[in-house]
Amino acid sequence: MAVATITLSGTQVAERLDASAILEVAPGFVELAPGRLVEACRTLRDDRATDGRFLNSLNGVDRYDYFEVVYNISSLSHNHTLSLKVRTDHDQPEVPSVVSIWHGAHLQEREIYDLLGIRFAGHPDLKRLFLWDGFPGHPLRKDFMSLPGGEHPGLQRFPKEDPRAWGGEFRGD
Amino acid sequence: MVSSVAIKTEPLVVNIGPQHPSTHGVFRMRVHLDGEVITDAEMVVGYLHRSMEKLAEERTWTQNIPFTDRMDYLAAMTGNLSYCIAVEKLAGIEVPERAQYLRVIFAELQRIASHAMANGTFVNDCGAWQTPLFYMFREREKILDLFEMACGARLTLNYMRIGGVAFEPPDEFWPQLQALIDELPARIDEYDRLLLDNEILVMRSRHVGMLSAEMAINSSVSGPILRGSGVAWDIRKANPYCVYDRMDFDIPVGNIGDCYDRFVVRMEEVRQSLRIIKQALVQLPAGSHTANIPLNLIPPAGEVYSAIESPKGELGFYLVSEGGPTPFRWHVRAPSLINLSPLREMVVGQSIPDAIVTLGSIDINVGEIDR
Repeated sequence: MAVATITLSGTQVAERLDASAILEVAPGFVELAPGRLVEACRTLRDDRATDGRFLNSLNGVDRYDYFEVVYNISSLSHNHTLSLKVRTDHDQPEVPSVVSIWHGAHLQEREIYDLLGIRFAGHPDLKRLFLWDGFPGHPLRKDFMSLPGGEHPGLQRFPKEDPRAWGGEFRGD
Repeated sequence: MVSSVAIKTEPLVVNIGPQHPSTHGVFRMRVHLDGEVITDAEMVVGYLHRSMEKLAEERTWTQNIPFTDRMDYLAAMTGNLSYCIAVEKLAGIEVPERAQYLRVIFAELQRIASHAMANGTFVNDCGAWQTPLFYMFREREKILDLFEMACGARLTLNYMRIGGVAFEPPDEFWPQLQALIDELPARIDEYDRLLLDNEILVMRSRHVGMLSAEMAINSSVSGPILRGSGVAWDIRKANPYCVYDRMDFDIPVGNIGDCYDRFVVRMEEVRQSLRIIKQALVQLPAGSHTANIPLNLIPPAGEVYSAIESPKGELGFYLVSEGGPTPFRWHVRAPSLINLSPLREMVVGQSIPDAIVTLGSIDINVGEIDR
């Protein structure tokens, strides 16, 4: 009884997609053109052969020159998994949102936006998840100083919230 | 005439938490009410954010294990285990067979402890104030005693190591574990009698916080919530790690995906965990409890995504190595956070007490949400 999740190779995934959307086929992943990401994800989700209805995880990596967003997708019926990548520019990082494909991307995209500063175009409610509005910078970027002796943009007091912003009562400072 | 005037109600915003006994930690929910009915809900998290993913990039691969204790502090063993398995995959380390079995035993003990906590606080949220919770704490306490014997800690265990486990459990550990296994089935039956047909619990949790199977899959929900919605998906079966492929156990599933189903699924999973521990004890081989790995372990450049079935769901690690002494990227796929994705859909249309029950049935751990 040796059941195990099969990892689809890049070539197997690329076969199911429009060749013009693919930038690179690696053994473990397929890199897509950002503009074609949503369409490719919809294909992978709805195609019976791939059935990628479950988005395992979505996360970003700061590669100094560019950002990489990695999507791990699985099929619960075929018990296989595949991964996709998109690259985005380091100065103006923006990737299309896949919330319209998987609702599970909602919080994960907010997390990446908060910590890495990658904007997800088309996200219904893109705002910081853990840190507060106005926090300087995005901590998981490699150029964010966090070592002792460096600059500490993170060492800030949690700002006082004005409850009137959400309909509450203001009790003064 | 006064009576002919329609009663006009204004929409009301109610802030629940972050310091509130029903929010299981510093979790905050802002709900919009129309009369008694929730029209919109928004979660606010981040009060426990400790930037672990950033800190981990400045520590060696081995030094990062204690961080995983402090994510889901109610299930530190599975946090350790998931991280160690991910690093082992990245570095290509073989784990000795005895260590694999010890890992399974401790992971399942941790599942029982975590589910006892989850179900105990859930019935607490339903209004059974403290009594069932302390019944379940009694069992959890015994498991924590076992952990203390094995590694000296009760919550932040730091017991798993890359390549095995830290210590061989002492000789006194085994009879005490056996005593717990002999005693637990009767205790679980007692909870069944006390709670499963309890009219108050059924009325408070049946058809509350409904989540359809499609919505659960589309929202990346995992663990008992996904199974409560009727999807028989368990990574221990689908992609067995350690030695789960040699264990015989069932995946309990719910019928309609409400809070009661999740409660029953957790209850049944405790029984299945006991089955696994019994089999592991019979099969437990002699040998080393850890592989010989260098202290300054440096995995080759590469990346890995590896997930295990933690008590809360799919706990995954996405690790990137650039061939340096520290991780280049250390990302946690936290089930507590992602299981909250359909929260708004689950609570809209309910009243506030039902939303509290729904949140209790999701079994979040804020340490894992915020990291």
